[in-house]
Amino acid sequence: MLDITNVNKTFFAGTVNERAALREINLSLAAGEFVTVIGSNGAGKSTILNITSGKLRPDTGTVTIDGTDVTKLADHQRARYIGRVFQDPMAGTSPDMTIEQNMAIAYERGKGRGLRPGVTGKKRGFFQEELKSLELGLENRLKAKVGLLSGGQRQALSLLMATFSSPKILLLDEHTAALDPQRADLVSRLTAEVVERHRLTTLMVTHNMEQALRLGTRLIMMHEGRIILDLDQQQKQKTTVADLLHEFEKIKGGALDDRTMLQ
Amino acid sequence: MIVAVELGLIYAIMALGVYLTFRILNFPDLTVDGSFTTGAAVASIMIINGAPPVLSTLAAFAAGLVAGWITGLLHTKGKINGLLAGILTMIALYSINLRIMGKANLPLLREDTLITPLRDAGLLGTVAAIAVFGLLALAVKFVLDWFLHTDLGLAMQATGDNEEMIRSFGVSTDRMKILGLALSNGLVALCGALIAQYQGFADIGMGIGLILAGLASVIIGQAIFGSRVIIVASLAVVLGSALYRVVIQLALQAGLNPNDMKLISAVLVVIALVLPQWKLFKRVGGLSNMKKALSATGARS
Ligand SMILES: Nc1ncnc2c1ncn2[C@@H]1O[C@H](COP(=O)(O)OP(=O)(O)OP(=O)(O)O)[C@@H](O)[C@H]1O
Ligand SMILES: [Mg+2]
Repeated sequence: MLDITNVNKTFFAGTVNERAALREINLSLAAGEFVTVIGSNGAGKSTILNITSGKLRPDTGTVTIDGTDVTKLADHQRARYIGRVFQDPMAGTSPDMTIEQNMAIAYERGKGRGLRPGVTGKKRGFFQEELKSLELGLENRLKAKVGLLSGGQRQALSLLMATFSSPKILLLDEHTAALDPQRADLVSRLTAEVVERHRLTTLMVTHNMEQALRLGTRLIMMHEGRIILDLDQQQKQKTTVADLLHEFEKIKGGALDDRTMLQ
Repeated sequence: MIVAVELGLIYAIMALGVYLTFRILNFPDLTVDGSFTTGAAVASIMIINGAPPVLSTLAAFAAGLVAGWITGLLHTKGKINGLLAGILTMIALYSINLRIMGKANLPLLREDTLITPLRDAGLLGTVAAIAVFGLLALAVKFVLDWFLHTDLGLAMQATGDNEEMIRSFGVSTDRMKILGLALSNGLVALCGALIAQYQGFADIGMGIGLILAGLASVIIGQAIFGSRVIIVASLAVVLGSALYRVVIQLALQAGLNPNDMKLISAVLVVIALVLPQWKLFKRVGGLSNMKKALSATGARS
């Protein structure tokens, strides 16, 4: 479903600030696969998602979605294949517009937009049904401005908007990180439900290792622009948070060893 | 005073255009000063050459579309700062407007215009004329309201509100900005065409400083009449425009010189931008929103 092939991405190439964010990345996701991505700060997790969504272009390599090479398409041209939820709860919705207007925008994902009314009675009924699944009572607040919602409510709405039109790929970048534990739990539960319901091919970045193990069907760990660990469902089930922490220690140890060797 | 309200209702069409760029798209567009005169010039020269007034006025609208489209292209494809893109088009239009007009002033007094029937019937300066111009302004307002609630219009609203989000749903924000700027300047040029016919001439300087009148109308209207939902906000713009002309008229009657009007407009806008920073006025939502729109775009672009 998603094939990232031989992708390299370096920021500020050729300057003193040169920063290799991705090195020779090869990653394939089968349809319906739900991959959680962990790794230290600056490992390149967000960059992989941004290369997939088209926000960034790779220096080399290709991105293919369901057989279509999208490497050269801008982000808005790929949007019909991709649903995204951002880390910042403010980022995924339009605060000055109402809940139903936001949903109407999401409903038309990637289609040609014309002069038909954005919100109709029929769509409204559908939006209400969808909102009920969040169990936040938002179905009774269709005409409330989204800017009035709490961070958790907005993030749940973003998740719904990113998924209810069944995109081919779902990209989640630390989408529970800005929420308090209770809200984070809620959004993480909703994520599992919605991915299951629509059988979405998903890439989810998280710093929460327990969450990375609990959710999804596969786990990858990144470090300095490389994928250094790739666990399938079976391996993942046998892995504990302690095991993952141990892997992290090994990397750090490795870095130390390199340095000691140089000296 | 009736004349001031009449004028205000015609200028409301321009103010609705300014509302579309400043408030909906969050884009400080200065093309307005040029495109207003372009509309007046196109309509006047066509009428003088015997074209039907309705066709001439529609042609003015089309000319405004093109002017806004160019500012949009400069900003999105040319990656030129929004304020500068507007200024570039505005200044270039000055020369183009002179070319269209052939001289600095085109009198229309002996021509048949859209206003002639009203004038011949002796209705100008009466409540009947206010009703006619009021209906015209409301018609434009309703079309704008309708447009902003279509799929395309919602995408345009979101473009001014959260670009990253609307792109993630497959909308080209560049295209939305170009379209919005074109429509806005189309309305402004349409207004220029009507004003030329109303006052009986087109003048090369008639658009100078107009953006401030537009802004002042939007600010005053929304501060007084609110801006919570679009149908209210756009009505507030129409009323704000009428009110602005009345205020100007009162200032003139109080003995101020017509040449001071630009200064007064500027001071009005400055007050509207500065007041919301004081605690006492913080609750006036319309003002602080406006402030946000203006300072945010200024800083971002
Ligand atoms: N737009 C950018 N411009 C310059 N450098 C960038 C940009 N985006 C990312 N980088 C750099 O690329 C590297 C990888 O960044 P990335 O955001 O992918 O990390 P991450 O794994 O998401 O980290 P975090 O856990 O902190 O979010 C970092 O060194 C970062 O500084
Ligand atoms: Mg990141």
